[in-house]
Amino acid sequence: MQRIGVFICHCGSNIAATVDVERVTEALAKEPGVVYAVNYQYMCSENGQQLIKNAIAEHRLTGIVVCSCSPRMHEATFRKTAEAAGLNAYMVEIANIREQCSWIHKDIEEATEKAIVLARTAVAKILLDKPLTAGETGVTKRALVIGGGIAGIQAALDIADAGYEVDIVEKRPTIGGRMAQLDKTFPTLDCSACILTPKMVDCAQSDKINIFSYSEVEEVKGFVGNFDVKIRKKARHVDETKCTGCGVCMASCPSKKGLNEFNMNLNNRPAIYIPFAQAIPNVAIIDPEQCLKLKSDKCGLCQRKCGVGAIDYKQEDSFVERKYGAIVVATGFRPIKLDNFNEFGYADNKDVVTSLELERLMNAAGPTKGTLLRPSDGKHPKVITFIQCVGSRDVSGCGKPYCSKICCMYTAKHAMLIREKYPDTEVHVFYIDIRTPGKNYDEFYRRAVEQYGVDYIKGMVGKVYNENGKLMVQGSDLLDNKQIVIPSDLVVLATAIEPDPSVRDIATKLTISIDTNDFLTEAHAKLRPVESPTAGVFLAGVCQGPKDVPETVSQASACASKVIGLLAKDKLKGNPCVSHVDENMCTGCSQCEQVCPYGAITYIDKEFRIGGGKTETRRVASVNPAVCQGCGACTVTCPSGAMDLYGFSSAQILKEVEAICKR
Amino acid sequence: MQKIEELMYKRASEMLESGEVDRVIAWKKGETCYDVSPATFTKDNLEGFVYDAFCGANLSKYLVEESKKGGKILVFLKPCDTYSFNQLLSEHRIKRENVYVIGIECQGKIDANKLQKKGIDGILSVEEKGDKLTVKTLYGDKEIAFEEALSVKCETCKSKEFAVSDETIVLNEMRDNREKRFEAVERLEKMTEEERYAFWQAELSKCIRCNACRNVCPACTCTHCVFDNDKSGIAGKANADSFEEKLFHIIRSYHVAGRCTDCGECSRVCPQNIPLHLINRKYIKDMNEFYGEYQAGAAVTALNPIVDFTKEDVEAATVVGGKK
Ligand SMILES: Cc1cc2nc3c(=O)[nH]c(=O)nc-3n(C[C@H](O)[C@H](O)[C@H](O)COP(=O)(O)OP(=O)(O)OC[C@H]3O[C@@H](n4cnc5c(N)ncnc54)[C@H](O)[C@@H]3O)c2cc1C
Ligand code: SF4
Ligand code: SF4
Ligand code: SF4
Ligand code: SF4
Ligand code: SF4
Repeated sequence: MQRIGVFICHCGSNIAATVDVERVTEALAKEPGVVYAVNYQYMCSENGQQLIKNAIAEHRLTGIVVCSCSPRMHEATFRKTAEAAGLNAYMVEIANIREQCSWIHKDIEEATEKAIVLARTAVAKILLDKPLTAGETGVTKRALVIGGGIAGIQAALDIADAGYEVDIVEKRPTIGGRMAQLDKTFPTLDCSACILTPKMVDCAQSDKINIFSYSEVEEVKGFVGNFDVKIRKKARHVDETKCTGCGVCMASCPSKKGLNEFNMNLNNRPAIYIPFAQAIPNVAIIDPEQCLKLKSDKCGLCQRKCGVGAIDYKQEDSFVERKYGAIVVATGFRPIKLDNFNEFGYADNKDVVTSLELERLMNAAGPTKGTLLRPSDGKHPKVITFIQCVGSRDVSGCGKPYCSKICCMYTAKHAMLIREKYPDTEVHVFYIDIRTPGKNYDEFYRRAVEQYGVDYIKGMVGKVYNENGKLMVQGSDLLDNKQIVIPSDLVVLATAIEPDPSVRDIATKLTISIDTNDFLTEAHAKLRPVESPTAGVFLAGVCQGPKDVPETVSQASACASKVIGLLAKDKLKGNPCVSHVDENMCTGCSQCEQVCPYGAITYIDKEFRIGGGKTETRRVASVNPAVCQGCGACTVTCPSGAMDLYGFSSAQILKEVEAICKR
Repeated sequence: MQKIEELMYKRASEMLESGEVDRVIAWKKGETCYDVSPATFTKDNLEGFVYDAFCGANLSKYLVEESKKGGKILVFLKPCDTYSFNQLLSEHRIKRENVYVIGIECQGKIDANKLQKKGIDGILSVEEKGDKLTVKTLYGDKEIAFEEALSVKCETCKSKEFAVSDETIVLNEMRDNREKRFEAVERLEKMTEEERYAFWQAELSKCIRCNACRNVCPACTCTHCVFDNDKSGIAGKANADSFEEKLFHIIRSYHVAGRCTDCGECSRVCPQNIPLHLINRKYIKDMNEFYGEYQAGAAVTALNPIVDFTKEDVEAATVVGGKK
């Protein structure tokens, strides 16, 4: 016979203001199986926990139901409390009467009724609970970082610094990410390359860091501490171990009309190229779409010119399989496509550019060698108009509903840099709001207005059209309440940013979740901001939400500390709420195997007695408890009900439903 | 069909004789011409071997038990039956290497009840002649259009291709009705909720829980079916109320969803003539619309849309009223 104690928490006034805790206590004391019920102001406090421990001893309780906040908050706390008092940690159930009750109801009568039902439901479940023991697994002392932007670089450096091995998988030919494309960076206006490239070099030189550039994650199996990852190294057609990055091949290549992605397609590059001078690894790569040799077997010049014989036209994709204890996702962002914004004339006018394109037009390593010249005719633009929030905070469905967060700051940066270098240039900025919170940020923006005389216009731009070679920017000035038209030489669109589209694929492979805007979701928005909901997978940089470099770096370092904390452990306690199979009922149909997202199910042939002294060999499922995450997908898939979860059995769930339906 | 039957008989005896197979699963004559049942034949006894318009039964499920006994088995499968066979292979219920499959021509099978409903009694034998069916009865010969006698499952036959076979016996082009497959489901979809509820209520309340539909279903091969398992909490319940009689069918249809090949056996054997196959055919239509065309048993794979998750899957929130 079970002896259950029910502990009802007031959570200060969080619960007690909307739920009549006394009535809940009275009602629960009468429930079959319950021998003790009590309420207290803060169950999670030192005193509250002591109250639970004392009650366990005094009333010889076999299980406890705590009616409090979400199990995400304090389930672990109360499991420890129970354990300290000699109970099995899994003889604990939480009835969430805060998030699922007091916080969402106003009527005390209704909320109290519901709290009683929720508590009863937990009692119904605990009556079928059995003590469980968690198994232990080892930890592979190596981390994987997906994405080699500043987020991935910083995370990798910090993890390596603690003495652990790290692999970076970067899908482009070089690490560096978007930051490598920036000219100067707010708020201090130091040159992006000057602060980024030393970190890239550190990665290359660290004996703990291994860079898989031009590579992608192909497959992920396993679980926290023990991920098995297959990495596809895409064919570069250049042997990384031989290439010295001398660049002779680039000069020899006759196919020079490739679009230079690094320069936002604003100029051209040869079919064999090194993305930029400080690329890491500093190794050439052949664009197979453009190489004459690969396309039509004509040419082969670069191979003849290469002094070290690094070029290999026959190279194919290869695969590496490695084990990792933790994974950091840092896949970053891209500016959105502007197809839905014809009003700004981006597609039709060469001199309407995005802000990231402007970064390249201002950069010394860019297509104009750092002199700001407009793309159409290579002339100095004299009037430049910026349009902020292009595609951001857009609820019409054309763009993104969120604020891209970085555009106010980088537009102020662009405006200031231009006024500084070309004081004869007139700079206008159309904005909806200026959002510059943060240390030295508002001061930065004010400098653009006050010191550099940038003309900020509050209002929206209706359209941009070309009139006799001038870009006419037509908009409203809301403060002066009038329509204005600014004839400009260059128009810059502060384009919204969105997660790199590959994030969907990565999320599926890692079984982590994305929000409606495709940003990766954290385990808890406030209290676990760098963890994903899947144990052992962490999030850094813009893939989790728009942010600038300082914020990205802080998040990456936070991520690294979480990873280090994990890798420092020798053993991890598993989750005992895993699936198990009743072999007598299993038909061996393979459906559970197919549905299991973690690959936890395999099959064995086993002999069974079938009566009359005879035996029969049957194929039956077998669950690897170390791999199973207890998601329950198999239990609902199995037609004959052979699969069941410890701690969440089908019988328990049915009892819960019954308790809810009982009036 | 006469000719096909002769060829089938010839192959069966040859293969038994040569020892290539130990047993043959085919159809056997009963007391009347329309009382045909599946049977296992051995070398010394091929008596009653038959293949005609009454051989509607799907033989693939018999292989589950038969293939456990060891030895090699020859089975004759009509096009639609080959899908069930593949599905069973996917679920590891049959050992492929022990089975030799001969795919056989099928022009659709007929339903004696339909003849009787047309007032044709005392049936002695039937003869197919192109689009016509001649029925010899105690009261003389009757001729009707073949289509009018087709059993429900053959009215909308889904395929004339063999999903799997080691050899085939096909002499004529087969009658193809596949474009009509979802017509009945569409009619149900057009009903109001109340009408649809009333339709199923009327149909399912006829159910006498004989379990024939489950027993014949090639997707229902569980070692321990929930309806026979005391632990499941839903075992062996007779239809005490209208809720329970519906629940039996809802549970069973969910269990076979994604695996049901639409073979129509459930409706064929139902003594109450409940159009059971329409439940799963609706799921099939939905799955096709949500996840792209899928035919269970077309290939050997346990990965059906219900247990497969892909990035392209529709989000629950974007599916409104059963449409994307
Ligand atoms: C125009 C503009 C100006 C800016 N100016 C400033 C500034 O002045 N100051 C400032 O602080 N911030 C600035 N920012 C913001 C800054 O660029 C970002 O904060 C920073 O780049 C975010 O770094 P990240 O590593 O998260 O992403 P990214 O830089 O996007 O790096 C992600 C990396 O992951 C790789 N990757 C993506 N998907 C995969 C995959 N599936 N597998 C493997 N690798 C993958 C990508 O190739 C890339 O290398 C600016 C942004 C823009 C657009
Ligand atoms: S509960 Fe089942 S489906 Fe889920 S991880 Fe475990 S074995 Fe796989
Ligand atoms: S789904 Fe059920 S019957 Fe099928 S293999 Fe898994 S446990 Fe066995
Ligand atoms: S269901 Fe199809 S293959 Fe089977 S008997 Fe009918 S028409 Fe022929
Ligand atoms: S449910 Fe009916 S149609 Fe589907 S496989 Fe079973 S018997 Fe055939
Ligand atoms: S009804 Fe369900 S449990 Fe029973 S045999 Fe069919 S699939 Fe298996």
